[in-house]
Amino acid sequence: MKRFQTLVLIAVVALLWGLNYLFEENLNPYVLRVIINCGIGMILAMSLNLVNGCAGQFSLGHAGFMGVGAYISATITSVLNLSPFFQTDLGVGCAIVIGGIVASIAGYLVGLPSLRLKGDYLAIVTLGFGEIIRICFLNIEAVGGARGLSGIPPKSNFFWVYLWVVVTFIALLRLLRSSYGRAILSVRENEIAAESMGIDISHYKVVAFVVSSFFAGIAGGLFAHFQSFIDPNSFVFNKSVEAVIMVVIGGMGSLSGAILGGVIVTLLPEVLRVFEQYRMVIFPLILIVLMLVRPMGLFGHKEIWELFRRKASS
Amino acid sequence: MTGSESTFGVSTHKGISMAIDEINKAGGINGKKISLKSYDDQGQAAEAVTIVTKLITQDKVSLILGEVASSRSIAAGTVAQQYKIPMLSPSSTNPKVTQVGDQIFRVCFIDPFQGAVMARFAINNLKLKKAAVFRDIKADYSMGLANFFVEEYKKMGGEVVADVSYSGGDMDFKSQLTSIKSKNPDVLFVPGYYTEVGLVARQARELGLKAVLLGGDGWDSEKLTEIGGDAILGGYFSNHYSHEDQSPVVQNFVAQFKARYGEVPSGLAAQGYDAAMVAADAMKRAKEMTPRGFRDALAETKNFQGVTGMITINEQRNAVKPAVVLKVVGPQKFSYVTTINP
Amino acid sequence: MLQAFLQNVINGLAQGSVYALVALGYTMVYGVLQFINFAHSDIFMLGAFGGFYLAKWLSPSVSNPLLLLVSVILGSMAFCVAVGLTVERIAYRPLRSAPRLNVLITAIGVSLFLENLGQVVFGADPQVFPSLIPTKSLLEGEGLVLNNIQVTVVIVSVLLMLLLHWIVRHTKLGIAMRAVSFDIEVANLMGIPTDTIIIFTFTIGSSLAGAAAILYGLSYPKIEPLLGVMIGLKAFVAAVFGGIGNIMGAAVGGIVLGLAEAFTVYYVSSTFRDAIAFGILILILLFKPAGLFGTFKREKV
Repeated sequence: MKRFQTLVLIAVVALLWGLNYLFEENLNPYVLRVIINCGIGMILAMSLNLVNGCAGQFSLGHAGFMGVGAYISATITSVLNLSPFFQTDLGVGCAIVIGGIVASIAGYLVGLPSLRLKGDYLAIVTLGFGEIIRICFLNIEAVGGARGLSGIPPKSNFFWVYLWVVVTFIALLRLLRSSYGRAILSVRENEIAAESMGIDISHYKVVAFVVSSFFAGIAGGLFAHFQSFIDPNSFVFNKSVEAVIMVVIGGMGSLSGAILGGVIVTLLPEVLRVFEQYRMVIFPLILIVLMLVRPMGLFGHKEIWELFRRKASS
Repeated sequence: MTGSESTFGVSTHKGISMAIDEINKAGGINGKKISLKSYDDQGQAAEAVTIVTKLITQDKVSLILGEVASSRSIAAGTVAQQYKIPMLSPSSTNPKVTQVGDQIFRVCFIDPFQGAVMARFAINNLKLKKAAVFRDIKADYSMGLANFFVEEYKKMGGEVVADVSYSGGDMDFKSQLTSIKSKNPDVLFVPGYYTEVGLVARQARELGLKAVLLGGDGWDSEKLTEIGGDAILGGYFSNHYSHEDQSPVVQNFVAQFKARYGEVPSGLAAQGYDAAMVAADAMKRAKEMTPRGFRDALAETKNFQGVTGMITINEQRNAVKPAVVLKVVGPQKFSYVTTINP
Repeated sequence: MLQAFLQNVINGLAQGSVYALVALGYTMVYGVLQFINFAHSDIFMLGAFGGFYLAKWLSPSVSNPLLLLVSVILGSMAFCVAVGLTVERIAYRPLRSAPRLNVLITAIGVSLFLENLGQVVFGADPQVFPSLIPTKSLLEGEGLVLNNIQVTVVIVSVLLMLLLHWIVRHTKLGIAMRAVSFDIEVANLMGIPTDTIIIFTFTIGSSLAGAAAILYGLSYPKIEPLLGVMIGLKAFVAAVFGGIGNIMGAAVGGIVLGLAEAFTVYYVSSTFRDAIAFGILILILLFKPAGLFGTFKREKV
C-alpha cells in the first residue's frame, strides 16, 4: 500500500510538471493566470474549510493570515537579501513554507485566546485581528507601507501552485480521517456533548486554527510570488469574506466542495467581467439565494465522490 | 470606474476617448484606426495586474495607457515590462513608476518636483516661512509630496513646525488639527486627495485654524469645493495645466471638451488627452508598427506641444515640463496664479 | 494642555454619539435574535443617501432650517425602516430556524449587496451632504471651539436614547421585547407575537440608524456608498463593549469609543484610530466577554 501511494504521488508530480510545460507553451497567459488564481483560491478555501466547515468555528480574519504568509515570504525573497538561494525555485519554496509557519504561529497566538469565544463573537474578534494585522503591515516602512512591496520574484507557476493544492488536499484529508479529525468534527456537532465525552474542545479548536492558518499562509506566499506585487490592500476584510463564500458555496465541511467553491469564486468575477459594474452586485446576491434555498452549500458535509455512491445514511 | 478616487479614472477616460476619436477622425495612424479597450480595476492592484495581462495576451494591445494612481501603475507596469509592451501613464507621479523598466513612460512630472514647487511657491510668492504638513499616511503619493516639500522648504530657510498624518478614508481630523493649531503655522500643506482635503479644510476653519492651505494635483476635482465649501477658498495647489491658459492649444481643447461632455476639463482629463496624443504621435513616428517600434518612438518624444505644456521624455522616461499653481477662488473655480519651471 | 484635552472631549462626544445611535441598532437586534445584523451599517449608509436626496428636493420649498432638519431626519428614518423591514422579511425571516452561521453569512451577503448596489446606483464618487442648518460657532476665544452642529448632534442623540429607554422600560411593547430577548420560545408560548416584536425591533433599530445618518451627514458632509463599513464595525465594537443586548451599554460604549479615538489620534497617531477600536474589542472580549453591563448566559444542554 505504501509503495502504491508513493508511486501515485510521483505520477501526480510528473503529471503536474508535464501540464506546466504544456500550458506555458500553448495556453494563453491570461487563461493560465486565471487557472493559477483558481489554484490559490482552492488552497485558501480548503484551509478555511477546516475552521469554518469542520470545526464549526466562524473565522472572518483569514485574509490576515494569508497576508502574514505573503509578507513574510516576500520579505525573505526580496527585502532581506539573504542569499541568492532565495531567488531560486527551491529557495522561494522554502520562503513560502517559512511564511506558512509564521502564519500558523500567528494563528496560534490569535486562536488561543479568541477560540474561547463562540459564534458571532469569534467572527468579530477574528475580523478585528485580521484588520490589526493589516494595519501593522501598513505601518512597517521596510515592507513598503501603503505603497506595497514590488519586485517579488514571480516563481509561483502552475506546477508549484497545484503541487500545493495536492499537498493541502492530502494533508487535510488525512487529518480529517485521523482521531484528531474526528475530534474536530465532534466540536462542530455538539460542543457540550463533545466536552462531556472528555474531548478537550479548546485544544482541538486551536489545532484546527493553527493548521488552517498554515495553509492560508501558504496561499498568501504563493499569491505574493505569483502577483510579484503585494500591498496591504490585497488583504482587506473583503478577501476574508471571499474565502468564507468559497467555503459556503462548496458546503461546510466538504473538502472537495471547498475546491469547487474556490474555483467558482475565482472564475465568477472573470466570467461576469462582461457585466463590469454589476458583477459585484450579482455576487452577494448569489450568496443570499444560496443561503435561502440550499443552506448547506452545494455539497453539504459530503464529499463529491460520496454523492455518487448509494445513498449514505446521514 | 469604481472605488475611491473614481472621478480621476472617469476624467482620464473622457480625455483619452476624446483624443482617440479625434485621431481616428483625422485618418488614424498611417491610415489605420486606433481601437480603444478599457477596463475598470476597482482601485485594486491585483485586479490591475489581471487586467493588463488580459489586455496584452487576449486583446493583443500594442500600447497601454494607464494607470492613474501610482501604486496600480507599478503593479501593472511589471506585467507590461515582462511582455515588452510599452505603457504610458497619464498621471502617476511617483518616481518608482518608471523605474519598473524601460517600457514604462509617463506624460506628467514626478512627486519630488511637485512637492518642491509648492515649497518654493510658499516661500518665494507667499513669503510665508512657518509651515505645517498634514499627510495621508496610507497614500504613497501624499507621503512623497510631503517629504519633498519638507526637504525643499527647509533648504530654502523655512521652518516646519508640525508634521502629522491622517489615514485616507478618515472623516474626522479634528484631533490632528487641534494639535497643528497649537503650533500656529502660516501655511498648511495637505498633499492629499480632494475627498479628504475638503473635510480637512472645513474642520480646520471650524477649529479656527487660519493658515493658508496648500496642496498638490490630488486636489484637482470639481468635488473639492463642494465638499470643502467656503473653507477651501483661498487655498493653492500645483497642477498640470490651467484651463484659463490663453494659448490656442489649451483653448481649443477646452472648447471641444465642453462641447462633448458639457463640463470644463480637469487636469486629469487633459493628461489623459495628452497621453493618448503623445502615444499617437509616437505611433506615427515609429519605424515599425510593433510594440517595440512604439516604445523606441515614445522614448524619443521631444518638445511635443501638449495641452499640459511642452512634453519632453527624458532618459528616466519621465516627462519634463512646468507645473502651474492654481488658486481656489469659488465653487469649482480655480484661477491661474503662476507657472513654475523645473 | 487643558484646552486641547477639552477640545478632544468635545470632538469625541460628537463622534461617539453617532456611534452610540448606530450601536443601539446592533444591540437590539442581537438582543432579540442573537445575530449580528451586518447589513445595519449599510442601512445607515442608505439613510444618509435618502436624506441627501430628500434634502435636495425639500430645500427649495422649506426655508425654516429647523423644520427642514426635522423633516429630513424623519424622512430618513422612515426610509431606513422600509429598507430594514424589507431585508428582515426577505433575507432573515426564512432563516429563523436555520443555524446561526447561515444567518450570519446571509447578513454579510446582504451587506455586500447593499454596498455594491449603492456603488452602482449612487456612483462610487462621494456626494456632498447639504448643510441643513447654518454652522454657528457658540464658543470662541479660550482656544476652544464648539459649534451648533456638534451641540445638535449630541442633543438629538440623547433625546432619541431617552425615548428608546422609555419605550423599552415603560410600554407594553418594550416589555414584550425584553421577554422575547430573554427567551424567544417561552415568550412565544406565553402568547407574545414574536414576529411582530421582531419587526418592531428592526423598526426601532433602523430608524435610529436613519437619524444617526443625518447627524453624521451634518458633521461630515461627505457621503459615499462604502460609508457604513467602518462606522458599522466601530458601532458594533461599541455595542460589544457595553455588553451586547444591553441598551444602556451601547450608548455608553459609543461615547467611550468616540473619546478613545479622539485621544488616540491626538496623543499617538492617526493610523491607530482603527486599531484602537479593535484593540478595545479584543481586550474586552478576553477579560469581560459579556461587556461592561452585560450578563453572560451559560449554554446548557
